[in-house]
Amino acid sequence: MKFGVVRFPGSCDEVDAVLACERHGDAEILWHGERDLHGVDAVVVPGGFSYGDYLRVGAIAQFSPVMEAVAEFARAGGPVLGICNGFQVLCEAGLLPGALLPNTELRFLCRQVDVEVVNAGTPFTRACEERQTLSIPVKHTTGRYYAPESTLAEMEAGGQVVFRYAESWNPNGSVRDIAGVCNATGNVVGLMPHPEHAVDPLTGSDDGNCLFASVAELTAA
Amino acid sequence: MSDGAVTAPDLRVEAQALGLTEAEYDLIQEKIGRPPNGLELAVFSLMWSEHCAYKHSKKLLGKLPTEGPHLLIGPGENAGAVDVGDGLAIAFKVESHNHPSAVEPFQGAATGVGGIMRDIFAVGARPIAVLDSLRFGELDSPRSRYLLDGAVSGIGHYGNSIGVATVGGEVYFEGPYEQNCLVNAMCLGIAPKERLTKSAAAGVGNHLVLMGARTGRDGIGGASVLASAELGDDDADKRPTVQIGDPFEEKEVMEACLELLDRELLSSLQDLGAAGLSSSSSEMASKGEVGLDIDVSKVPLREADMEPFEIMVSESQERMLAVVEPHRLAAVDEVCERWEVRCTVIGEVTDSRHLRVLHGDEVVGDMPVDALVDDCPLYDLEPAEPQAQIYPAPKRTLTSDDPKEILLALLGSSNIASRRPLFEQYDSIVQSRTVRRPEVADAAVLQLAHDTGGGSTAIAVSIDGNGRRVACDPYWGTVEAVLECASNLACVGAEPLGLTNCLNFGNPEKPHIAWQLSRSVDGMADALRELGVPVVGGNVSLYNQSGDGPIYPTPVVGMVGLLPEAARAGGMGFVEEGYVIAMVGRPQPSLAGSELAKLRGEDLPTELPAIDVAEVRAHQEVVRDAVRAGELASAHDVAEGGFLVAVAECCLAGNVGATLDFGDADGDAQAFEPYLFGESVGGFVVSGPRDTIDRLADRIPLDVFGTVGGDSLDVRAGEPLLAASLADLKAANARLARVFA
Repeated sequence: MKFGVVRFPGSCDEVDAVLACERHGDAEILWHGERDLHGVDAVVVPGGFSYGDYLRVGAIAQFSPVMEAVAEFARAGGPVLGICNGFQVLCEAGLLPGALLPNTELRFLCRQVDVEVVNAGTPFTRACEERQTLSIPVKHTTGRYYAPESTLAEMEAGGQVVFRYAESWNPNGSVRDIAGVCNATGNVVGLMPHPEHAVDPLTGSDDGNCLFASVAELTAA
Repeated sequence: MSDGAVTAPDLRVEAQALGLTEAEYDLIQEKIGRPPNGLELAVFSLMWSEHCAYKHSKKLLGKLPTEGPHLLIGPGENAGAVDVGDGLAIAFKVESHNHPSAVEPFQGAATGVGGIMRDIFAVGARPIAVLDSLRFGELDSPRSRYLLDGAVSGIGHYGNSIGVATVGGEVYFEGPYEQNCLVNAMCLGIAPKERLTKSAAAGVGNHLVLMGARTGRDGIGGASVLASAELGDDDADKRPTVQIGDPFEEKEVMEACLELLDRELLSSLQDLGAAGLSSSSSEMASKGEVGLDIDVSKVPLREADMEPFEIMVSESQERMLAVVEPHRLAAVDEVCERWEVRCTVIGEVTDSRHLRVLHGDEVVGDMPVDALVDDCPLYDLEPAEPQAQIYPAPKRTLTSDDPKEILLALLGSSNIASRRPLFEQYDSIVQSRTVRRPEVADAAVLQLAHDTGGGSTAIAVSIDGNGRRVACDPYWGTVEAVLECASNLACVGAEPLGLTNCLNFGNPEKPHIAWQLSRSVDGMADALRELGVPVVGGNVSLYNQSGDGPIYPTPVVGMVGLLPEAARAGGMGFVEEGYVIAMVGRPQPSLAGSELAKLRGEDLPTELPAIDVAEVRAHQEVVRDAVRAGELASAHDVAEGGFLVAVAECCLAGNVGATLDFGDADGDAQAFEPYLFGESVGGFVVSGPRDTIDRLADRIPLDVFGTVGGDSLDVRAGEPLLAASLADLKAANARLARVFA
């Protein structure tokens, strides 16, 4: 099992993602300027401020060579996980529905929150229990999930809401408490909370491991 | 030599406008054997400013101890460093960005963080953590809230965007900081010992390479105009002297520099901070005992029509200067290109011992390096102890004598209230090292497992200062700040390895400020000698005063310590119902100069009680060892607000109540005030199982007087003194949240 973790200029959590992935398999950095995914089994698009988040968060990264390859990998059914800025990038790239807007408080917020698994059927949640609560940190300024009502209805019906903030834990004003979503085929998952920062009780929680374990089990099976 | 039409008498006037005295101007003429031209004068004015030359503080700083068993790099380099074992070094330094932040808080604070990070990677260390120490006027002032909001956003913007965790810090609100806020930023970095790099330029004929951002007109004259003079009414006009930060650029420059150092492609490296190219180049030349030729026409510019002097003094951010051997240039270019970092040869190392500035073929400046770096006159301070306290009494905001009302007022006071609304604006966890986040322990703890290949060690870090206490007594107030910092490390189980300091004071040319400064440095030196902790470097920020008077004298200290086992790091929150609560150590609490005295609007005293530093050190060692041995469930040092506030903080951190009983006293609340709310150093609130706590009594003075449990804090002394629910404590303590609402 080999994870590929994308590194854009301005990525911040790519090393953390590699450390988390390495608990469940091998991991290597995928350089933004290369189209070659080095035969990885799953791709993580990590957090940070890709290309400085200038213009609009996550907007520029979709045009990097590596993202062309990631989009192709995703369309072919490959498992792709976007975390925080990675989630924003996948939404901007059209690989996930909806958009991320500035938090209602308009401030950066770093906080440990409770997140509920809504769909335990995706490649990144199949090792979790449905309705299981995970303690995972968020840290972002632009994390308020938004999609039009009609899209939301389709998403709910199709199991595309993967994570919700537990009751009273919504930190940013996301519509319907949505913390993470997937595409219609379920292989591309994005979420604002940082599971890679919840893999060791010593640093706060190890609840995030189940996301990485899920895909590792899947590819091992 | 050409320099437009400016004549010598004009330059003499210009020199004073740039902050030089007449005598200094004459000395510059003597050193270069002729009147300086405009560019040379601009460079000298910066190099001979207080900010660069430490001309009022250098003699004093010599008193501080700078040797220790763990020291790898001492003062004089971009940052100091200590050995943390496993072949690793921790580099760290604190620096002020006070004056820029008073003029434009967001960019002032952001570039303060950016600047201190460059100091860290200039020595070859990867920045892993930031802490900040902030001071503003009282929170009821709109200006203070504006500065606080801007500074906190700016610190977060830079640190979060670059992927370095902000793991701790402190903030105080006091009237004397109303016009002169303080923004001190500390950064820590990690490096394999062999990657530690010095800044001395060497190798005649080697290239001088400028990396990073283009040079613009931002920050021109920052070191002299802003940092070395008092603030006044026209500060808005000084906004062009504040730099603008771009953390995205810095991240790329940082990654490029660390890779270049890993591959041993650089001979030396230096960041461009205050006074830009002028100071970075002359300091590199001075340390290497060489000369440098710089061709300013080669410097990539943001604005095409910049004058040579502007290029030399610009404080544009995100720039680094390196010395590169000619045969390595192609490899350097290749690394920089991959990181999309601009990299330009702008000059070369010479044997002239002069800094020559060229514009193409024309020499536009020629200055002896020694004159720039070493010949600035150093001034003796003329300290005189003021006859009376120079600071006015704070405004009275509390009239009650009821212990519960006092406790809640203290917990909600601006200096004690929970800092969560600030900390939550910072990424405290990126890089996966943070074992103790803000407000769960007295010091931040960072594991080194990923750096040591699975080792168990961790480092701890704390930053401390208490200006009002130093205003009461510069000597003992500073001793307290140093000891409190060490106590914070003890509470997580860390042994201090080194200290960095930032001395924030008023105008040193005034005798009473000179007295504060010299007494404070004496206190710091004596405390550090007793603790056996060396100063690895730091910064001095003087002239922090306005028409309203000087700031409180504010020495800020940041200490780094080592723990053998990250998993045993201590925390401050009470953990388990039924555990006993004890006060350990031998503090001598008194109300004079305390937070309670402030709330009551009392005059500041003119002295604080003397402290037995050796005894406090011994007690810190006992606490540290007990934490390391896992004997304590919690440990928290008693500081602002005194013992009862410390207990309440342990309750809040653990989300559990406590019952305290002081036995058969007569229940006179008044008599208990000094004990409950008085301040001192050397006291710790600890909790744990009864038998382990009892065993501590052999090693340290200890009073057991409470039990963890319930959902309120109940205090009895014969009869009930107070009972406050956890919800009450929380609500009072959450007062700062309103500022950001």
